[in-house]
Amino acid sequence: MKLCRTLVAIATLALPLVGHAQAQRLRVPFTLDTLPNGLTLIVHEDHSVPIVTTNVWYHVGSGDEKPGRTGFAHLFEHLMFMGSDHAQYPQFDRLLEAAGADNNGSTTEDRTNYYEAGPSSALELMIWLEADRMGWLLGGMDKPKVDLQRDVVKNERRQSYENQPYGMVGDITPVLMYPAGHPYSWPVIGSMADLSAASVDDVKDFFRRYYAPNNATIVIAGDVDVATVRALVRKYFGEIPRGPAIERPTPAPFVVRDTVVTLEDRVQLPRLYLNWHTVRSMDNDAPALQVASYILSGSRTSRLTQALVYNAELATNVQTYNDGKRLDGDFNIIATARPGNALDTLQTIIEAELAKLITDGPSARELEQARNAVEASFLRGIQTVGGKADQLNAYYYETGNPDGFQNDLDQLRAVTAADVQRVVRTYLQGPRVTISVVPQGKTTLAATRRKVIP
Amino acid sequence: MRIRTLFLSTVAPSLLMAQQAAFDRNIVPKLPASARLVLPTVTQSRLANGVPVQLVTQTEVPLVQVTLTIDGGSRLDQVSPGRASFTTRMLLEGAGSRDANALQSELAFLGANLSANASWDSFIISLNVPKRSLGAALDLMADLVQRPTFKSADVRRQRDLRAAAILQRRDQAGAVASLAFNSIVFPKAHPYHAPGDGDSATTAKLDSASVRAFYQTAFVPDRAKFVVAGDITDAEVQTALGSRFGNWISSGTGVTMPTVTARAVANAGNRVFLIDKPGAAQSVLAIGGPGVARSSPDYAALVVMNTLLGASFSSRLNTNLRETKGYTYGASSRFNWLPTPGAFQIGTQVRTDVTDSSLIEVFKELRAIRDAPASAVEIARSKAYVALSIPGDFETVGQIAAQLVDVNQFGMPLSSVSDFIARVNAVTAADVQRVARKYLPLNRATIVVVGDLLKIRPGIEALKLGPVTTLDAATVAK
Repeated sequence: MKLCRTLVAIATLALPLVGHAQAQRLRVPFTLDTLPNGLTLIVHEDHSVPIVTTNVWYHVGSGDEKPGRTGFAHLFEHLMFMGSDHAQYPQFDRLLEAAGADNNGSTTEDRTNYYEAGPSSALELMIWLEADRMGWLLGGMDKPKVDLQRDVVKNERRQSYENQPYGMVGDITPVLMYPAGHPYSWPVIGSMADLSAASVDDVKDFFRRYYAPNNATIVIAGDVDVATVRALVRKYFGEIPRGPAIERPTPAPFVVRDTVVTLEDRVQLPRLYLNWHTVRSMDNDAPALQVASYILSGSRTSRLTQALVYNAELATNVQTYNDGKRLDGDFNIIATARPGNALDTLQTIIEAELAKLITDGPSARELEQARNAVEASFLRGIQTVGGKADQLNAYYYETGNPDGFQNDLDQLRAVTAADVQRVVRTYLQGPRVTISVVPQGKTTLAATRRKVIP
Repeated sequence: MRIRTLFLSTVAPSLLMAQQAAFDRNIVPKLPASARLVLPTVTQSRLANGVPVQLVTQTEVPLVQVTLTIDGGSRLDQVSPGRASFTTRMLLEGAGSRDANALQSELAFLGANLSANASWDSFIISLNVPKRSLGAALDLMADLVQRPTFKSADVRRQRDLRAAAILQRRDQAGAVASLAFNSIVFPKAHPYHAPGDGDSATTAKLDSASVRAFYQTAFVPDRAKFVVAGDITDAEVQTALGSRFGNWISSGTGVTMPTVTARAVANAGNRVFLIDKPGAAQSVLAIGGPGVARSSPDYAALVVMNTLLGASFSSRLNTNLRETKGYTYGASSRFNWLPTPGAFQIGTQVRTDVTDSSLIEVFKELRAIRDAPASAVEIARSKAYVALSIPGDFETVGQIAAQLVDVNQFGMPLSSVSDFIARVNAVTAADVQRVARKYLPLNRATIVVVGDLLKIRPGIEALKLGPVTTLDAATVAK
């Protein structure tokens, strides 16, 4: 789950591919160094177009929130645009626009990022602005600012959840997947009541604890030179003091329960959601789960798509994905029924297809297509400096090495048919959360869970 | 993906010391001059059958983007809304000797991304592929464009899927608002009146014979054009496209392109259209009217004016409705620049209990931008935001091709992008005020609101914006 400060138009990206047969080594050259205050700086030069992007990750997300303050990390992200001592509101956006640059931020369970993207002439302005809000945010922070962004975030919640068909699934899934108190047991957007409760003091505490250079990494990528970037980053960030050491939550192991829930919504077609716990993002089984997902729903000929949409013609659409996070992961199957069809029928076919994949495994051709396509979709995200910058930050966060690109590809290439069989058997057969969304009054269309595998 | 050698650098200590000297953080860093936009060179040629080819060679990434556009699109639908886009979608459902599964699994295996879409004005077949798979992928693309099969069973299956998708439009307040807005602003005879994907009734009528007949008249080489960008030379393009598309001839008699005589509806006064969504937490607003022709001499001034009004985060609409009032997550405005003038439209989703207040603020902004010249700072910011962000639109081969396709549909060369920057830089506050007065539909707007009418109707009626009509969501999204 990722929430953005402003709505991001979904662009159709062209597809690059470093292919299976003559794959070249993929490298995104970078330099990495750490300032005395703990700020990590990663620079990637790419002079092909005169543009630059800065991308700051703070290692804090909704999983770090206190009880009664769900949604706070994301609300705080909004407050980062409300002015700082030397760049008072609304200068942040206005100065960047006047330089031809865009900016945005986003919050997940695990991290919060902020980025600027524009002509390379805006480099120093971007660094000055990011440094000012890292070092000097609280001077002008007051209740009206918090109240205003609280309203904006509540509107965001209405737009993405309450007023969105099937939107409330995102609100209840975390609660059903995790025991109370687990960092992932509430949605990133938070509850209306908790958003109402957030105070200026909460903002100050959160900033002092988490928004320190030693809890942040900044990637600067594009038509720049390393020496200039390093000098500018030292100039503007150098004097920001190191913050306290941060302890992130380490939840106790929990027993996964099988849960079946039905929601009625103002929708035309019933939709089935199946969710299983899987593995953390950096687990060795993550690539096999990604390949399994492609084999199930990634193309016209994938197994669930064929079975549900084209053979039985019971569904309009089926999607699957594995989402690995810092503490845990989850695998999702989402299938929408065609008019008049009950979700039990879809569920039966899904279970049969999973069983078949465990027994027979994917064919060599299926596996090769999956690996090619997963690789392609992975590369699609990094053909721009903006995409590369965020990925450099992600790899550094996860592994301590920013250039994890080739390693990711190698891991994908190494996935075998037996791996796919094994991860489907291991992760997609046990207790799960089953959610049916049905048109109002049509609860008879909901899925029932017949047997629970211990 | 750019592959470069690792650049290791050691920062000279003296430079660091100099940079760390005391400075005043209150001083906004000065922007150095921006790099001048260097547009890629376009090589023009023709295939043996006369189909034009435009090429931008960009060797940085071993990727090739091939975009085939054919004039036509949904405006050819006339009495059969949805047929053009459905026919285009059906190209992927089997061509040459391959059925849909064979075709699509082969494309995926090659790492190719191939899409086929119809806009209101053209058919767009887009291929993005690693250079070494280009030949194999073009074989498939050539089949798809010249030898689609349109088997009855495949048509029936896709028709059922489309019928379900059309049904689902009713769930989306935004989709309902936009369907209503277009059907009101563009009169019945206008090519943009009906949705490109049709409605339930027109979808039910689609069959293999009508799809094939439409294909034969619409997918013709004499209205086709290739745009190629990527790691490929002109000679390679001639061979690759020439062997596969150079002998492409019309399979039927090309339909005459309809002349568009209908004009978007300019209201005599405001008109309000309400659509009920019981229990909605927000109301969706769509407010606007006829747009402007892309060829208008006021184009650059309109882009700057609209940036200032609603096409940037700091724009007046977003600043007012989101950042000052907290009514919404975002408010924006746009001119839809299309070959036939599109619409001007303001869009936002607001909390149910401030629906009327939001309408007041929207009209306040429409008045303000007409009544007084914008400040020099606001004008300069909007101009810079438009002009300086353009290099970022040329980063990938897909983007480069998209830029060419965009100027092509208006019959303009790529150099018009540079001319546009010069025109933007010349826009004055007086120009902005003048085009706001001339084109913004104050007092003659079409206002569509989708929300919980039980709660919002009294407030909206009390504003006395204009005559109020209630529409039914199931009819609008029929």
